[in-house]
Amino acid sequence: MRFERREAPYWSSRTSVASLMLQVLAALVPAAVAHVWFFGPGFIFNLLVAGIFAVAGEALVMWLRGRPPEVALSDYSALVTAALLAFALPSLTPWWVTATGALFGVIVAKHLYGGLGFNIFNPAMAGYVVILVTFPADLNLWVAPRMGDIDYQYLTIAQTLVFTLTGNLPDALGFDAISRATPLDIMKTGLNSLATVPEILANPIMGDFGGRGWEWIGNFLAIGGFWLLIRKIIRWQIPLGVGLGLLVPATIMYLVGPGTNPSPGFHLFSGATILCAFFIATDPVSAATSPKGRFIYGLGIGFLAWSIRRWGSYADGIAFAVLIMNMAVPAIDYLTRPHIVGHDKRGDVSD
Amino acid sequence: MTAPTYDLGKLHGGLRLPAHKRESTASPIRDVPVPSQLVLPIEQHVGGPAQPVIGVGDHVLKGQLIAEPDGELGAPVHASSSGTVVAIEQRPVSRRHGETAPCIVIECDGNDEALPGAAITDYRKLAPAELQLRILDGGIVGLGGAVFPTAQKLMQARMCNIEYLILNGVECEPYISCDDALMRERAAEILSGAQVLMHALQVDVCFVVVESDKPEAIQRLGEVLAELDDERIVLKQVPTIYPSGGEDQLVQLVTNREVPSGGLPTDVGCVVQNVGTAAAVHDWVLRNEPLISRVTTVTGDGVQSPANLRARIGTTIENVVAHAGGYTDRATHMIIGGPMTGRSITTDEVPLVKASNCVLVLSELPDIAEELPCIRCGDCAAVCPVQLQPQQLFWYTCADEESKLRDYGLTDCIECGCCDLVCPSHIPLTADFRKAKGRMRELADEKARAERARMRFEARNVRILGEQRERDAELIRQKESAKVAGPAAIAEILKRKQNKDDSE
Repeated sequence: MRFERREAPYWSSRTSVASLMLQVLAALVPAAVAHVWFFGPGFIFNLLVAGIFAVAGEALVMWLRGRPPEVALSDYSALVTAALLAFALPSLTPWWVTATGALFGVIVAKHLYGGLGFNIFNPAMAGYVVILVTFPADLNLWVAPRMGDIDYQYLTIAQTLVFTLTGNLPDALGFDAISRATPLDIMKTGLNSLATVPEILANPIMGDFGGRGWEWIGNFLAIGGFWLLIRKIIRWQIPLGVGLGLLVPATIMYLVGPGTNPSPGFHLFSGATILCAFFIATDPVSAATSPKGRFIYGLGIGFLAWSIRRWGSYADGIAFAVLIMNMAVPAIDYLTRPHIVGHDKRGDVSD
Repeated sequence: MTAPTYDLGKLHGGLRLPAHKRESTASPIRDVPVPSQLVLPIEQHVGGPAQPVIGVGDHVLKGQLIAEPDGELGAPVHASSSGTVVAIEQRPVSRRHGETAPCIVIECDGNDEALPGAAITDYRKLAPAELQLRILDGGIVGLGGAVFPTAQKLMQARMCNIEYLILNGVECEPYISCDDALMRERAAEILSGAQVLMHALQVDVCFVVVESDKPEAIQRLGEVLAELDDERIVLKQVPTIYPSGGEDQLVQLVTNREVPSGGLPTDVGCVVQNVGTAAAVHDWVLRNEPLISRVTTVTGDGVQSPANLRARIGTTIENVVAHAGGYTDRATHMIIGGPMTGRSITTDEVPLVKASNCVLVLSELPDIAEELPCIRCGDCAAVCPVQLQPQQLFWYTCADEESKLRDYGLTDCIECGCCDLVCPSHIPLTADFRKAKGRMRELADEKARAERARMRFEARNVRILGEQRERDAELIRQKESAKVAGPAAIAEILKRKQNKDDSE
């Protein structure tokens, strides 16, 4: 009897890149719902704009590279980039800002380096930083969280859509009426004007730890993150590293000077800390790859993010911290190679 | 009864795989009758092929030597039954995926007449070296699948300081259960073989190691051990994790010692032998039966009734499968060995050889998924039992950076296939690494050849220069002596020359 020739493995792998990416997207769903709940439908429009441009950009580059676009699109990594970018943006963002970020992330940061697997920088963060420095004013337009007792006017779905498409608010409304600074901005400007932390936290927008609404999104992001940890889609080293890198210096400074340093809880629940720890820094392609290296990579991001918040001119430093640590990845990986069984502890062959 | 699990080292990574062993362990080992024709490859072991010592037309008896090793490493081949040698020719073999290799073909006479001979009455009276030579004559090789000649392993070990003999009854690869069946049914022979091996090695401790998913085997071994009352033999149970049955992995598990890179278990005082090998040693040393049969697992959803079968070496796989009820309608792939490390063959008209521990017939293997770029998720590194970083190795195999591949331990890869199984990008990592190792070896060979050529060239230059100097010196000496000798000597020389010319 004749049989078909086949190379090992004779068992198929049960996972796929597409399923990993879809699970990451699924883990973001609770936080996305919370985002829409607290900050209005703008998030959905941002997500749509980012998704459409990320996918179109990827298809375009694949076509230019002479490769079938469906190969790249079917791994859903462009959608993950789009989703992470949408989480980083205020709910009121004009479409061209979002589109710039998505296109830069996918085309420049990802495909110019060779596409998925070859990009040095996290595409979402590269895209975000580009729009942060090119459209700084547009990224400060956070609407107030819908908490009931906060006295602000809210936009309807139609008004939000008009803003996304045109960048114009309804005639009757000014930016001041609907938007306000983020908790990290309030903290930064407050501290710069010599207010104490307790005074700043008296602001009605501040919640138990960070800003109201933002805290809740953080909780849902953490739930999604823990689910990914349990599913072993991500490993614990990076989230723990980010957490410790940020919270240890924050705690020390808080204990030393509680009047001029916000609490570690504030740091944890403000800005993109939790999003970064579970979803951004854990992007495997641009992260360190050895277990020890991942922890160090996370620590570096956490510490740099805290440093930028503390001393930098930007309110949040997550995106910069991620990009800086992306650059350090080859060195970290080289220096943290695990001990190969049978080699001596320095990593050399032992004879 | 459960064997103690304490005192174990820790293995990095590994996988818990679906066992698929119950299918073949439901019934006891059955014998496949002696076939009408036997095909015996002369190369069934690590080392050089054995050289035939019989000719076409010769009549041979069961257990008769028909090919013996001529190199330093190798094992003899014996006739598995009595009959007439009808050909020595190329036949398809499994180790070449169904391509051909030289084989001795015997037409059996059906009498199965054994070569007369007596077993050693008491092997304990033999010196270890003599016992090793005796084992060499039995054609015994590692029956776990690696087929390293057992005697040479023992001889090599005697040059090192050996503390432990480890009997490998782990059998961690899915589907394969021939060792399990053997331990259930021939525990006494296995342990007796262990005692022979201990004498040959002169060691005082033997660990018999069995995976926790084989309670029947553990119980049977425990019972026999209790009867035997040999305190030197210790039964150990290890967790069911693939690939804890790899030689170096087992040493690490049992002794917590790491076999050095590029080294052997003997470097850390251990010798590992498969339980089947121990039984074969018993059969040869105490019963005078060389290695002419083995137990093989015939299983998979392409086989009607999976089972463990004892067949003569040289029986065709087709014949063996027929005794497991034959194929199902859906059988499409045949793998010799397990699903992780076995090799796929294209025809069942190949002989069962000493290495064939499993015949796995499968239907509808999943399509080979399209290979996507590596996303460096590191799942491969998490399961690697040697703690390599396949994601980095893959990067450097693509770039063909030999020095980096060495740095990252490519040569330490045991090709267990764990990384292939967890890769979300479906990259055939093990196959890529195997190719890269091949390239590395070629490169090393090339370097060695170039080095030899360079040394030859330099030696030649030195020789030529030396000869030139000698000639120059001789010339000077002759000139000097001619000056000193004067005309009388010259006349003498001329006269001698004259005489010589005349005589010619």
